[in-house]
Amino acid sequence: MPQQQHSSGSSRDNRDDDSAVPASAAPHVSVSGVDDLLDEIDSLLEDNAEAFVKSFVQKGGQ
Amino acid sequence: MTMGSRGVHRVMGIETEYGISVPSDPTMTAMQASGLVVNAYAQHHLPAAHQRAHWDYLPESPLRDARGFDMSRADADPSQLTDEDLSTANVILTNGARLYVDHAHPEYSAPECVTPREATLHDRAGMMIMAEAAQLASRTPGIPQISLYKNNTDNKGASYGCHENYLMARTTPFAEVVRLFTAFLVTRQVFTGAGRLGKGQEGKVLEFQLSQRADFFETEVGLETTIRRPIINTRDEPHADPEKSRRLHVITGDANLSDTATLLKLGSASLVLGMIEDGCLKSDDLSLDDPVSEMHRVSHDPSLKHQLRLTGGRLMSALEVQSVYLERAIAWVGPEPDPQTLEILRLWEFVITTLSGDPMNCGGVLDWVAKLRLLEGYRTRDGLTWDSPALQLIDLQYSDIRADKGLARRLEERGRLARLFSDDEVASAELSPPESTRAYFRGECMRRFPESVVAASWDSLVFDVPGHESLVRVPTLDPLRGTRAHVGSLLDGDPSLTVLLEALSADEG
Repeated sequence: MPQQQHSSGSSRDNRDDDSAVPASAAPHVSVSGVDDLLDEIDSLLEDNAEAFVKSFVQKGGQ
Repeated sequence: MTMGSRGVHRVMGIETEYGISVPSDPTMTAMQASGLVVNAYAQHHLPAAHQRAHWDYLPESPLRDARGFDMSRADADPSQLTDEDLSTANVILTNGARLYVDHAHPEYSAPECVTPREATLHDRAGMMIMAEAAQLASRTPGIPQISLYKNNTDNKGASYGCHENYLMARTTPFAEVVRLFTAFLVTRQVFTGAGRLGKGQEGKVLEFQLSQRADFFETEVGLETTIRRPIINTRDEPHADPEKSRRLHVITGDANLSDTATLLKLGSASLVLGMIEDGCLKSDDLSLDDPVSEMHRVSHDPSLKHQLRLTGGRLMSALEVQSVYLERAIAWVGPEPDPQTLEILRLWEFVITTLSGDPMNCGGVLDWVAKLRLLEGYRTRDGLTWDSPALQLIDLQYSDIRADKGLARRLEERGRLARLFSDDEVASAELSPPESTRAYFRGECMRRFPESVVAASWDSLVFDVPGHESLVRVPTLDPLRGTRAHVGSLLDGDPSLTVLLEALSADEG
């Protein structure tokens, strides 16, 4: 979380919060590899990928 | 229009059409399935009387016509409903939203909000409502599993939208919007893209691109939303005083699973529109030589290196164009932005900076990066080529909105895709309206007087008042009246409908 709400300054150069990561942008997010995740996803994916993808047919919308 | 200060505040909202499929019953039409989903939610959550409230399509017609339009279907088995019932399934919710069937898709039109964060929360609430609605429908005896996807294409030629709406000052020349907003929409794909494995409207070239929507845009400016889609849509239906306001209907955006992407999409657009209204971008020439081709090219280049050609021959990358808008916005808002605006500026800068380095570091906040990381992970682990059905399935299932099946939702669960709201905040937004707009009055009336609201729309409510011979129509043309600040204390007194309407007409007088 940003420690306080600083002014953003009138240009990027003199902003004092350049190093602050937005509260919403990064915390709690792992940037490590995805290998363990792939194992989980293996068990979640719909059976018969080819047929499933083929059967996903939509009518156009807006 | 921006509200007072220079920042992100303005009346805005998102409407999302969901992809729908019934894997075990290909004979069920999308319209039937969509109707079952909407009706299942209405029947479960809203008292039977509530379902008499219909969309006020024809506010100018004699009000008596609205009577008799009602049919209680509370006891009907969904499977017994006719196609007509299903295609007109349409409910107004206690949070001020509209849940209905738009041709072949269930659609959630979120209530009007005044900040990007609030609008993002209500978009999220809409996804959770849709997930529950599909679950309720699928639990009904005789109804097969119905799956919903928050995406924008079937990769076979069809696209459906996630539209943003921004209220703008009528005084702003529309030509200025076209001149100054087009390059913003074309280049913002670097953070609004939800990722797509497939190029061309039919997805025949199996390569990855940033956006689900880009390839479906064929013209620069126009009225259509379903064919020959334009980058700037000219629909002008303000649902507000047309003398003062225009509603800019933005149809280019992808449906985002990432809250952060939605937040930045709304916040940055509101800032750019504020600058256009204020005339502070007047001297900038960010016109593109060929916006439609650039829309496709930006999306087709996940390296983000593509150089767009601006009028006059200048070349800039999408990130460089976005940086210009950001720098102008920082200067425009001045040294003391409000917290909501500051949050957007910081996020915008963070995303541009990070994408300019290694885009993969945005995997925790942007959909296209999160999806690409998954696809690359699978490709590498299993030695797959891009035409592998498994990869196409991952592309699709990323947007499955079920908590236990949707890959974006699994990423969130594991802390790999940032969430902006707690479960409690989202649950509350599923039931309660935003307090900052007329959606508050609409939602509260739906909650308090469900048996008396016979029709509603964005800019009206029609009541059947006990003891009154004729129906009473309450116009809500000003989106910033009917807020909690305006009518909250009146409603907190638990007035009868008669007392409420009397107080409102005294207020008008």
